Amino acid sequence: MTQPVNQAEIHQAILEQQKADDRKRLMANGVLLLLLLVAPFLMYPVFLMKILCFALFAVAFNLLFGFTGLLSFGHAAFLAAGGYTTGYLLSNMPGLTTEVGILAGTLVATLLGLAFALISIRRQGIYFAMVTLALAQLVFFFFVQSEFTGGEDGMHGIPRGELFGLISLDNNLNMYYFVLTVFIACYFLVQRVVGSPFGQVLKAIKQNEPRAVSLGYKVDRYKVLAFVISAALAGLAGSMKSVVFQLASLNDAHWHMSGEVILMTLVGGMGTLLGPVVGATFVVNVEYQLSQGPLRDWVDPILGGVFVLTVLAFRSGIVGEIQKFMKKNMG
Amino acid sequence: MSMIFGVPLAVLWGQLLIGIINGAFYALLSLGLAVIFGLLKIINFAHGAMYMLGAMCTVLLFDYLGINYWVALFLAPVLVGLVGVVIEYFLLRRIAGQDHIYSLLLTFGVALMLQGVLTNFFGVSGLRYSMPDTFQGGMNLGFMFLPYYRAWVIVVALLVCFGTWFMIEKTKLGSYLRAGTEDAQLMQGFGINVPLLVSLTYGFGVMLAAFAGVLAAPIYSVTPVMGSHILIVVFAVVVIGGMGSIGGAIITGVLMGVVEGLTKTFYPPASSAVIFLVMVVVLLIRPTGLFGKEA
Repeated sequence: MTQPVNQAEIHQAILEQQKADDRKRLMANGVLLLLLLVAPFLMYPVFLMKILCFALFAVAFNLLFGFTGLLSFGHAAFLAAGGYTTGYLLSNMPGLTTEVGILAGTLVATLLGLAFALISIRRQGIYFAMVTLALAQLVFFFFVQSEFTGGEDGMHGIPRGELFGLISLDNNLNMYYFVLTVFIACYFLVQRVVGSPFGQVLKAIKQNEPRAVSLGYKVDRYKVLAFVISAALAGLAGSMKSVVFQLASLNDAHWHMSGEVILMTLVGGMGTLLGPVVGATFVVNVEYQLSQGPLRDWVDPILGGVFVLTVLAFRSGIVGEIQKFMKKNMG
Repeated sequence: MSMIFGVPLAVLWGQLLIGIINGAFYALLSLGLAVIFGLLKIINFAHGAMYMLGAMCTVLLFDYLGINYWVALFLAPVLVGLVGVVIEYFLLRRIAGQDHIYSLLLTFGVALMLQGVLTNFFGVSGLRYSMPDTFQGGMNLGFMFLPYYRAWVIVVALLVCFGTWFMIEKTKLGSYLRAGTEDAQLMQGFGINVPLLVSLTYGFGVMLAAFAGVLAAPIYSVTPVMGSHILIVVFAVVVIGGMGSIGGAIITGVLMGVVEGLTKTFYPPASSAVIFLVMVVVLLIRPTGLFGKEA
């Protein structure tokens, strides 16, 4: 005898499961938020801000790579475009308040992202990666040769200025809470995007693009929009970074940076919300710890090794593996 | 002196020559990428690092063992090819069934490691490698001066490109390769050792890169980072040409070198960007690339 199946009961069970999941996530997020709020009293705020900026960068990248399945090898271009624009405006227009400078940087990165997207989505898979890499190199040459970027020297002494013309950001604590606010807002934005019907289509494209096409979705439009959102957030991260460090340099535009954000996302767990944040924290910390010790010259090869190990042994990343483990052992 | 568009003819010829030489390097490298892509369906991000290893190997073989250019021309590609086989056997093979993006990331990590380790030992300032005596000097062609070594690079690079094309399109081994590209599983069924073929193919593609590296050693500055820039350019070349055909990869490579050389003559600031701009234009007009068959 099989049990009579009651549709309503199953539905109810699923809803309750979702509610429980939501509650769990809310609690985890709450604990995390509390930690982030008290963190600047325990650690050096500038270091924390560095982590937050890179975490935002990785979250932005992950929207494209982890959720849409598009591997961009050119995200450094947006980070740098945001950073340089904000740096230039804040240095040369004394009346400008900081948030306007940051918004302007984000806007430039957004437009650049639109241009990248329209060109690169014409090819798929690994070609997409190569095209974005080549485009980013084009942008890199532009920054090298432009006067306003300061070429090889970069931009120094960018004033942090005042938020809304009221709050001085020269104070590290003020700066930290500003960066934190922006980061949290963006994190929830991405969470919202991923959970929305739009996000579902992105995931469908990742899993099976021809099927998404056959279902009638205009796949290219979704890809472009995902790319533009990702570029905008990457630009925002770059803008904030240049304000935090009062510095914008060619390092941000180099292909090396594009590789680093891939590593952060991969190590943390691509396609998970928290993964890129964990990954960025991990990579920034490893780089910092190594640079302090006897292995300071070995940062690059070690990161390369981490890359290889992650791809070979744990492609789901830290968060992905934890999720798997929890699912297996806690039902 | 005769001028064309305000540029002395001799300068134009000189830049054109440099363009063809750069083009020969692009052709060798994109050819190797295309060979690897054909059977393994992966983009070898470590290709630039292999080119660099070829050049470093040449310099180190001479500095430490006194091995001359002619021997290095064979020995260095073989050594680097072995490195390639090791990478394929121990790393790439493990993720063969996965999404191709992973193998791309894996080779990127390998490139970072190789470049980083060698940078620690040799710095980035460049090692010196002196030109073999045979190639000192050059000949006067009447309209320009042609250094012997540059002539040699062009001739030998084109010969190797042609030889590779011939081997893949016209020989039995080449027919195995092409069959493997179509359906590796079926070929395995016919009793051909596909895993071995894959290893050898990767090794061979890498050898081509290393061979380009040996050719580059006497004329370019040999540093651990010499491969990363040229690799990105070669990617653009590959996108322009499409990896569908071996011949297409060769022609596009040389062509792009010439375009770069001409830009350097007429508008120098754009010379480092022009290939990327061509790529953008090609993508907008003909997304599959000039010789591309795949979407």
